[in-house]
Amino acid sequence: MLEVSGLSVSFPSADGPVRAVRGVDYRLRRGEVLGIVGESGSGKSVTSLAVMGLLPRTAQVSGSVRFAGRELVGAPDAELSRIRGRRIAMVLQDPMTSLNPVHTVGRQIAEAVRAHHDVSRAAANDRGVELLAALRIPNPAERVNAYPHELSGGMRQRVVIAIAMANDPDVIIADEPTTALDVTVQAQVLESLRTAQERTGAAMVLITHDLGVIAGQADRVLVMYAGKPVEVGTAEEVFYTPRMPYTLGLLGSLPRLDRPAARLTPIAGSPPSMVDLPPGCPFAPRCPLAAASCTESEPELQTATGAGHLAACHRSAELAGASADEVFRAGERVGVPAGPGGGA
Amino acid sequence: MSAPAVHPDGVVPAGGAPLLSVRHLVKHFPARSKGLIRRAAGEVHAVCDVSFDLAAGETLGLVGESGCGKSTTARMALNLIPATSGEVRYRGRDLTTVSRPQMRSLRRELQIVFQDPYAALDPRLSVHDIIAEPLRIHRRYDAGGPDTVRELMRRVGLDPEHGHRLPHEFSGGQRQRIGVARALALRPAVLVLDEPVSALDVSVQAGVLNLLAELQSELGPAYLFVSHDLSVVRHIADRVAVMYLGRIVETGPVDRLFDGPAHPYTQALISAIPLPDPRRERARERLTLAGELPSPLAPPSGCRFRTRCPTFADDLGEGERRRCTEVVPELVERGQGHPVACHFARRRSML
Repeated sequence: MLEVSGLSVSFPSADGPVRAVRGVDYRLRRGEVLGIVGESGSGKSVTSLAVMGLLPRTAQVSGSVRFAGRELVGAPDAELSRIRGRRIAMVLQDPMTSLNPVHTVGRQIAEAVRAHHDVSRAAANDRGVELLAALRIPNPAERVNAYPHELSGGMRQRVVIAIAMANDPDVIIADEPTTALDVTVQAQVLESLRTAQERTGAAMVLITHDLGVIAGQADRVLVMYAGKPVEVGTAEEVFYTPRMPYTLGLLGSLPRLDRPAARLTPIAGSPPSMVDLPPGCPFAPRCPLAAASCTESEPELQTATGAGHLAACHRSAELAGASADEVFRAGERVGVPAGPGGGA
Repeated sequence: MSAPAVHPDGVVPAGGAPLLSVRHLVKHFPARSKGLIRRAAGEVHAVCDVSFDLAAGETLGLVGESGCGKSTTARMALNLIPATSGEVRYRGRDLTTVSRPQMRSLRRELQIVFQDPYAALDPRLSVHDIIAEPLRIHRRYDAGGPDTVRELMRRVGLDPEHGHRLPHEFSGGQRQRIGVARALALRPAVLVLDEPVSALDVSVQAGVLNLLAELQSELGPAYLFVSHDLSVVRHIADRVAVMYLGRIVETGPVDRLFDGPAHPYTQALISAIPLPDPRRERARERLTLAGELPSPLAPPSGCRFRTRCPTFADDLGEGERRRCTEVVPELVERGQGHPVACHFARRRSML
């Protein structure tokens, strides 16, 4: 469907180029949900903006994004515009950036319908009502006459999803679609996204920092750190048998509603500066397993527990059967001062 | 975390008088109409008849979604904003009636940490001056102040040598540690933590949560921990109060409440939280809420949750529904082991 290879993005800055994305590869299969997870600054959102060709002109993008046999990196704007929204739909964190504030939501959905089907205005409007009903929005016939500002954040996000459905896309890219929402509203929006994905048969890239959302929605997971995927696998492989210490650390630092622990296992330090990355593994300064080899060469993704489960770690094999507590507690020194930009 | 024993019903902590006792707290904000002439157009019922106790050294979690009144309640509990009615007793004195000079000296014992570590610190002050400020205001800096500040920095995991640096030189997690050091400078007995880790990435959040637990067992302040994140609250709190549209709907010891919530709203809230465990998460039964939060300008009569309540919609007969529409359910023990504000409360496991 969508094939991303060697995708890199850098932005100029006063201190030198910021290498936000440093080589991302993934293949999105028909109908699957690929979850991309990472913390602030890991490059997960920039990756998806680069796929859509939505980065500012100052960004330097290299590598390849192939969709339906066409190369999107470097493609002219007119060609990208034809694909965006139609064949690749996007659901962003803030729905107000996607909706036009001066038109009713019904008109905006109808516009998407009419872009693909030669139907009358009235028929397109009816189709809009149907789509809102399919997403289980109450009183759809009234909602279509509302302006975006009259709706709640969750409802706006579901309107964006209805527009995505109207376009009958091959791929939906959802970038932190529920981050600004309350948890009960998040549940409604995730359900709507599911419905949209199932009805259109589209594949989905779901970008989020929330490991719970990934666990519930994604078939395959890509964990990003410092601009690169550091672990890839099925949801079960990544959650139950992580083979990259960063993934293990993320899981260990999460408080669990279903399994309370006396103490959490934080990851010491903070992510590196993307301006001036040291050689070797970018996670090495925070990794309790880091050895000399880790600061010499940056590990590539390699097979971990199965054909599709890859991890970028020189000491990946040593993580078999280890808990976050065992790995990180050893490296944790309570009360040791941390310098600015260093400690958590 | 290392808290005193909790009375089984969860409302009142066991043993002795509570440190902070809030009764029938109400807050109405005036709402104004849109347009050029902004007439008074009713009142926002932000907090309605909220009561709870906080014992020395314990952590009470106040949870709920946007607009439920949890932050307003916490601010009223410190008398940072005046209550419309109700009382807040700290060590037996009603904060809503004390004089300003008296309140000023009581402030030493009642402190707060805010959500946004970027907005809560003066960018022009050095970290040392930020942490020293409460000591100076309360005239405690001259007697060993610099050493106290250095000790506080060390205690929250910062290098005391970095006292001359400015807030922008620190990461988000470190800034939140600075905020905690400042709040603890006067050794308060009560610390309100208003979404203290919500702006932080999980790997950093875990360190701050561990720090808060350690500081409590060492220094003994009681925490009123306000958060929308139930997983965080289950981890850090001894007891929890769940709020919906200005009222507490259910309260009890954390394990009891999360393992068997009895209010339909608490059940929906817990069921909506995605668990980071693919097999369990996909096997769960979801209780999705219909509709949207009603306007706090005109909250529903009777039970405020009834307009979205799955029990009301699916399980009740005409006469039972009338009770929900007409009678406000009190927050009392109803045979579920902890207080619940629902006429038809029934414990149910949602995890």
